[in-house]
Amino acid sequence: MAEKEVKLMKGNEVIAHAAIRYGCDGYFGYPITPQSEVMETLMELKPWETTGMVVLQAESEVSSINMVYGGAATGKRVMTSSSSPGISLMAEGLSYLAGAELPCLVVNCQRGGPGLGTIQPSQGDYFQAVKGGGHGDYHLIVLAPNSVQEMHDHVALGFDLAFKYRNPAMILADGAIGQMMEKVVLAPQRPRRTDEQIKAECRTWATYGKPADRERNIVTSLELQSEKMEVINLRLQAKYKALEENEVRYEALECDDAEYVIVAFGSSARICSATVEMARAEGLKVGLLRPITLYPFPTKQLAELAARGVKGFLSAELNAGQMVEDVRLAVNGKAPVEHYGRQGGMLFTPDEVLAALKDKLIKK
Amino acid sequence: MKETLIIAGFGGQGVLSMGKILAYSGVMQDYEVTWMPSYGPEMRGGTANVTVILSDRKISSPIAHEYDTAIILNQQSMEKFEPLVKPGGVLIYDTNGISRHPVRTDISVYAIDATAECAKMGQARLFNTMILGGYLKVRPVVEMENVMVGLKKSLPERAWKMLPQNEEAIRHGGEIIRKIR
Repeated sequence: MAEKEVKLMKGNEVIAHAAIRYGCDGYFGYPITPQSEVMETLMELKPWETTGMVVLQAESEVSSINMVYGGAATGKRVMTSSSSPGISLMAEGLSYLAGAELPCLVVNCQRGGPGLGTIQPSQGDYFQAVKGGGHGDYHLIVLAPNSVQEMHDHVALGFDLAFKYRNPAMILADGAIGQMMEKVVLAPQRPRRTDEQIKAECRTWATYGKPADRERNIVTSLELQSEKMEVINLRLQAKYKALEENEVRYEALECDDAEYVIVAFGSSARICSATVEMARAEGLKVGLLRPITLYPFPTKQLAELAARGVKGFLSAELNAGQMVEDVRLAVNGKAPVEHYGRQGGMLFTPDEVLAALKDKLIKK
Repeated sequence: MKETLIIAGFGGQGVLSMGKILAYSGVMQDYEVTWMPSYGPEMRGGTANVTVILSDRKISSPIAHEYDTAIILNQQSMEKFEPLVKPGGVLIYDTNGISRHPVRTDISVYAIDATAECAKMGQARLFNTMILGGYLKVRPVVEMENVMVGLKKSLPERAWKMLPQNEEAIRHGGEIIRKIR
């Protein structure tokens, strides 16, 4: 195929296309604004007639995440998507998936909270995605797309990382990225993995039927003997350490000579990239550090910027100040770290971020 | 080339689909494109708006705080968006239902009586393409042949029988738009 397939699509629609083209085996979901186009698009595309991918509307988010658990336990590439209140309902399941070390993909197209909140975009679920959400010492792999193209690309990246580390991965998008249309280049169709491939790749843990030549695989997060449960926890922590060492992804925009650095992810990072343009036009040396992986977080990169002498950091988020805590930990007192945000579904504009940067950092 | 456009009016006027036609037309012209809608309950009877950006370079923010052009289709949107047109920019409005006309003198102002024209033709559904035609006359940011492809691509197949009428509405919109100042 010589011609690249350039399409104009919403972020939510592209998740559906990317999942099918990646060779996803199953999607289980329940509708909620502003992410309903994910399942709507899957239902329109009818992948069960082409690739054999299962698409099922469950009776609730609790069901869909547990269907994901079941599918993942067999070594299949399965996923779900929802928006903030629905993700809260999945919290128990996410902890179980992490505890049982099951790979899967979860998409959160965030809306404003707390509670039912609003259907407009927000980044108020950063803590929930990055610090837990469910109980216990666990991490999700968290990706933060800032464009419709990255919504597409992060489906494959999320599944690949999830299987590489046997850990659930989350795409932390928001209503702005989900509802926005942009140009996107779709990946070529990949075949779904065959049963033989799954047996070969997931032999040590997946439950596809017990062959005579290996022990039973048991998928569980339960271990009542504390000595053994601690060993499991230590193994999880070693995995997280490997993730932190090997899988940090970020984009640095105009950071090389920057005196002030804005830290922003997802839709806010898009807005803040225009803030950088405006600041540079005024002769202000401002850069943008955009974490692409929120977990693992680009701690080292921020520490290096602080050590290099950056005079101040502004964490611009569509929330009351969540990622700013991780920025402060990374900067570790070497420079002031401030937060600027809007809440409740409100977006900030590039000039508002610039005004906040001047007010909170540059004028001091 | 960079055009940052806001189209604002009531839900049901075809605001979002007008933006979509323009976005598809931009894709046909190899521009970078963003289409950022207001969504949700605003769609049902309240105000609806969409920001469309066309550019020959990568688009940083899909959210703008000022616009090169504003297409304004109700009074609420006039209050909200007239002040946000860049100095030297363009404001296009349908006079129907507007109680306070634009007052700014540092921008170009155009009026298009598309509501009245569509009512005369008995074709309310051609309203948004007629407005689009007026806009493209004033701001020819995309070639007309690309607009026609964009129009087809943005419509579901069942609506393709309406293509000739919509093409005609785009042309007619270009004829009836008039400069106020």
